[in-house]
Amino acid sequence: MNEYISVLIMLFLAAATAAGMIVATSLIGPKIEFADKMEPFECGESQIVSSKRRFSVKFYLVALFFVIFDIEAVFVYPWAVLFKDLGWFGFVEMMIFIAILTIGLIYVWRRGALEWE
Amino acid sequence: MEQVMSSINLSAIAPELILVVCSLLILLIQSFAPIRLKGWYGYVSLIGVVGAVAVVLTQPQSFELRAIEYSFNGMWVVDNYCRFFKLIFLLGTGLTILISIKYLDNEAMQHGEYYALIIFATLGMMIMSSGAELITIFLGVELMSISLYVLAGYTRNRMISNEAALKYFLLGSFATCFLLYGIALIYGSTGTTSIPAIAKFIAGAGFGGPTIVMGMALLVIGFGFKTASVPFHMWAPDVYEGAPAPVTAFMSAGPKAAAFAAFARIFMEALPSLQTNWTMLIWVMAVLTMSVGNVIALVQENIKRMLAYSSIAHAGYVLVAFLSAGERGISSILYYMLAYTCMNIGAFAVITVLAGKGEQRVRIADFRGLGYRHPIAALAMTLFLFSLAGIPPTGGFMGKFYIFSAAIKEGFVGLAIIGVINSVVSVYYYLRVTVAMYMQAPDTAAEKEIPVTVFSPALVIAIFISAYGVLSLGLFPSTYLAMVKLSFLTLL
Amino acid sequence: MVPLAYYLIVSALLFCLGVLGVLTRRNSIVIFMSIELMLNAANLGFVAFSHFLGGLDGQLFVFFIMVVAAAEVTVGLAVIVALYRNWDTIFADRIHLLKG
Repeated sequence: MNEYISVLIMLFLAAATAAGMIVATSLIGPKIEFADKMEPFECGESQIVSSKRRFSVKFYLVALFFVIFDIEAVFVYPWAVLFKDLGWFGFVEMMIFIAILTIGLIYVWRRGALEWE
Repeated sequence: MEQVMSSINLSAIAPELILVVCSLLILLIQSFAPIRLKGWYGYVSLIGVVGAVAVVLTQPQSFELRAIEYSFNGMWVVDNYCRFFKLIFLLGTGLTILISIKYLDNEAMQHGEYYALIIFATLGMMIMSSGAELITIFLGVELMSISLYVLAGYTRNRMISNEAALKYFLLGSFATCFLLYGIALIYGSTGTTSIPAIAKFIAGAGFGGPTIVMGMALLVIGFGFKTASVPFHMWAPDVYEGAPAPVTAFMSAGPKAAAFAAFARIFMEALPSLQTNWTMLIWVMAVLTMSVGNVIALVQENIKRMLAYSSIAHAGYVLVAFLSAGERGISSILYYMLAYTCMNIGAFAVITVLAGKGEQRVRIADFRGLGYRHPIAALAMTLFLFSLAGIPPTGGFMGKFYIFSAAIKEGFVGLAIIGVINSVVSVYYYLRVTVAMYMQAPDTAAEKEIPVTVFSPALVIAIFISAYGVLSLGLFPSTYLAMVKLSFLTLL
Repeated sequence: MVPLAYYLIVSALLFCLGVLGVLTRRNSIVIFMSIELMLNAANLGFVAFSHFLGGLDGQLFVFFIMVVAAAEVTVGLAVIVALYRNWDTIFADRIHLLKG
């Protein structure tokens, strides 16, 4: 049980801080309602269009490419950690790996999947 | 570090490297070359396949020496078992490419991706047969499956093709999870994923305990899905019917053989001490797979769907050989998979020819009167169907003969009897097509509406190679048997 | 130290939740999310076993499984998008041209 004590304290403090802020603002903060305030929060920018609007499937495509190219980076980390031990051999291997990924990228690009229109 | 370096042996993966280079080349040609090179993708991929066959046959030594080479820190093995399977996969891939060229022209979908995906799938199968470690095998399974999900939905404007891809994808990845969880449990209970090390651990510990038995059961479920064995066969009929015909031909042969290759290697080499546990499970599966496949095939009207159920039944026969284990069982699996690849792809090649543009003629009724309109196609189809039914003098007959005699010698007499009864039942639905071709008048009104696909030289070659394979496996089994006998697994 | 059994129980629970999700849900994307849950259950199993066996193998496998899962996500979502264009639905029970 002992090893959980610190986690529990942390949890309690975090919950208390959050709850305290909500209670404090509702008790002492001014309550004025105006149009801008009632809008959804978008990083301080005012809203341009409704969030319920459908958006293009192209965002989806870009996200798919991002996922697939991004996750390959997972193999680069262990290589980087062992870079000195693996030496030239590891370097060449990794370059081949990246070259194959690049062929994938070239393919995606030439097939027009990165064009917006 | 020295040891890691020295265990890297590029010649052990030479056939795979050839295929990788070939598929990347196709993708690059697709990206840069002018449109008139379109017709070449198929031939470039064929060159890759032929090159890989040549390397498999000669590397590392001739077949007779029965060398077993471990490389990449024991993650990769090259023995006759995997070499024989690789030849089966490459045969299936080569035939599929020959069938596909004309088909894709007809569908106006002649793209390089198709061939690249077929080759990636083949690569996955080769990794499955050569992996000496569970994670390597898992990566092979996934490479194969992911390529096949895309191929099943390749004709993306056809609604049934979309549906087939979705079903295959959802059920296939569902099965993969079982496989992976099984691997995790085996890893947890033995501390390793290397096949020889697992066998050593279990032999040393006497018995692996409940975790490893559970891992084994999960592997049976995973491979049951991949081989389309009952009760894990639900996806097969829908996917086979919805996918484009050449893709159906492809995935009914190679991937099934690859799943059996990995299945047998893991169970015979890594888990032989659990044989009493898995024999019962697989016995039930084999009986169900043969019976359900054959009985449902009896009532099918769509020929692709009928062949899907027939291929489920054939997985059942292979499971019988699997149960016989030992030298006889494994060599009859190899022989049967070779014969099955020839006859099934041959049958699908004829279907591809006759289905016409957009695959509109795939009912058995559409085959009426074919014997008079296209005598050669009908003759080839008859040969393939006879072989599937197991009528001599075809490869299918010899294959079944070896499987059932192995089963009887290993004491599975009841199973062999059920198998023989099943193959008698199967004669009915195969002959139905033959009867339609030769003894029923064609439907002349429907005949005029859809133009029949013309033969292309490549298709004729594919049908000829399959027919040659079926006949020579049936008439001169000794040459193939000699090769098969050299190829069974070296059991620990 | 938390005993191995705890991790395995969580992992088995996640796996069962995933199986239940696949079997009971109708929306293709939710089914797919359940499948991902099952994969991650296996990942958790690998990491836990690897930690208690005292090697790094299991953790390395998780890298491979993650990459494979990402490839599967990409293909799966692409299949679902292609299907939606023709079918106008992603509910698995409404997609039934193939039967028999």
